[in-house]
Amino acid sequence: MDWLNAGVQGVLLGGQYALLACGLSLIFGVMRIVNLAHGVLAVLAAYLSLVLVQQGLPLWLATVVVVPVFAALGYALQRGLFNPALARARGRASGELAPLLVSFGVAVALTNLLQEVFSADTRTLPTGGLASAGLAVGGLSVGVLPLITLVVAAAVIAGVQLYLARTSTGRAMRAVADDAGAAAMTGVDPRHMYGVATALGFATLALAGVFVGMSTQFSPGSGDLVLLFAFEAVIIGGLGSLWGTLLGGIVLGVAQTVGAQIDPQSGVLAGHLVFLAVLLIRPGGLMPRSVQA
Amino acid sequence: MNALEATDLTVRYGDLTAVDRVTLTLAEGETLAVLGANGAGKSTLLAALAGTHLPVSGSVLLDGEPVGRLPAHRRVRRGIALVPEGRRLFGSLTVEENLLMGRYPRRAGQWDLGAVYDMFPQLADMKDRRGSVLSGGQQQAVAIGRALLANPRVLLLDEVSLGLAPTVVAQLYDAVRRITASGTTALVVEQDLDQALRVADRVQCLLGGRTVLESPAAGLDRDTVADAYFGITRRAG
Repeated sequence: MDWLNAGVQGVLLGGQYALLACGLSLIFGVMRIVNLAHGVLAVLAAYLSLVLVQQGLPLWLATVVVVPVFAALGYALQRGLFNPALARARGRASGELAPLLVSFGVAVALTNLLQEVFSADTRTLPTGGLASAGLAVGGLSVGVLPLITLVVAAAVIAGVQLYLARTSTGRAMRAVADDAGAAAMTGVDPRHMYGVATALGFATLALAGVFVGMSTQFSPGSGDLVLLFAFEAVIIGGLGSLWGTLLGGIVLGVAQTVGAQIDPQSGVLAGHLVFLAVLLIRPGGLMPRSVQA
Repeated sequence: MNALEATDLTVRYGDLTAVDRVTLTLAEGETLAVLGANGAGKSTLLAALAGTHLPVSGSVLLDGEPVGRLPAHRRVRRGIALVPEGRRLFGSLTVEENLLMGRYPRRAGQWDLGAVYDMFPQLADMKDRRGSVLSGGQQQAVAIGRALLANPRVLLLDEVSLGLAPTVVAQLYDAVRRITASGTTALVVEQDLDQALRVADRVQCLLGGRTVLESPAAGLDRDTVADAYFGITRRAG
């Protein structure tokens, strides 16, 4: 029963990782940019929600405000920072290093800024008892918030996947990922499409940040671990594959809770070991993109 | 008024002047073939017309409007569609999705999916296959169909024959002939002289980035073209 419980809790935890990783996966899939500011940006979203809640907004309304604000921020950052870095990187040996370094700069600066504004104290988003509510399912206690997080993660990933598969903008986004130059020949502005992809990625990241803030305590430095887990989920699942990211998040979550069941101190370590094992055995991840662009 | 008019176009790659003060015109409904050996500047000329590589000087007019400074994605919306060298299909998209990318500028006209499938019936049977698994000829058909779906004012075709078997090339040029015969204004860059002459109304030969011969295609002597191609000057007698 303990093992079953560990497995179930792991799947639920994986929902949070998958939701966090979705934006990272999308941005990498479209632009081959690893956004190192992903984690601290999620933490920023949690802080912004907290400020709005302190102003008297209910949390759901704060989320409704923060998500589009982050989409706009994503578009602006892409057009203002990442696109110029990508343009400079093109045709150079440094390749994708330039946007990576830019995102590293954003991460470092933002972490310090958060510390200046909010101090290093840990905070949490008030959930009105939701975070501690549980359902008894056949002898197991299933947390309501983790369950909602998992459902939201699956819904967000399904939604983004449908958007990519069915809409003309989603199709253009995949075309840009394959060959930006050829996409421009069909009338797509790659720089704009990159902006749209990052906006979408940031919107999912903001949502993830709110869920992280509800379930755990956070501080300006929490972004590092958030980034690490999201990154591991993306790699385990397979770069550029969104369903793979959901699977990767769940695998990571289960590895951590089952590892903690074996030895309470080793949960996170077990997650890292599974991550390493996947890198060694299946470097492309569990569900790699079927076609390499 | 000419559909497309390029005047004194000069295009450079770094220090290399690939196209040197080339002037060309394309009347409504006309098909012009630009011929020349490897490195004569043909593809670069097309890149400058399509906006994928901006010229350093000279002007490009589409229906009298200057478009020479516009990037590629805005020129397509104005009606200049390029079938690029090497096809450049989207490998992870299906055949139909590749074609639908041509609809992205939402230009009105005679070309829709049905019309393209009528033109290339084999594509209808493989519309759900990914672009990356097609044969070269099939990819070229998709690339042409994708450009047609933009309902272009001017269709630019770059080396349709490149790397393809002669029978496949002949079939593709049958299609090109039907496309141009239906009134589409087209500019064809080609190394295969016979195929180019099948579809062209006029011929312009480039050598070292400059125009060395301009002539109507009808009654054009192959030797004359070949001489221009290689820059041979024959003396009388």
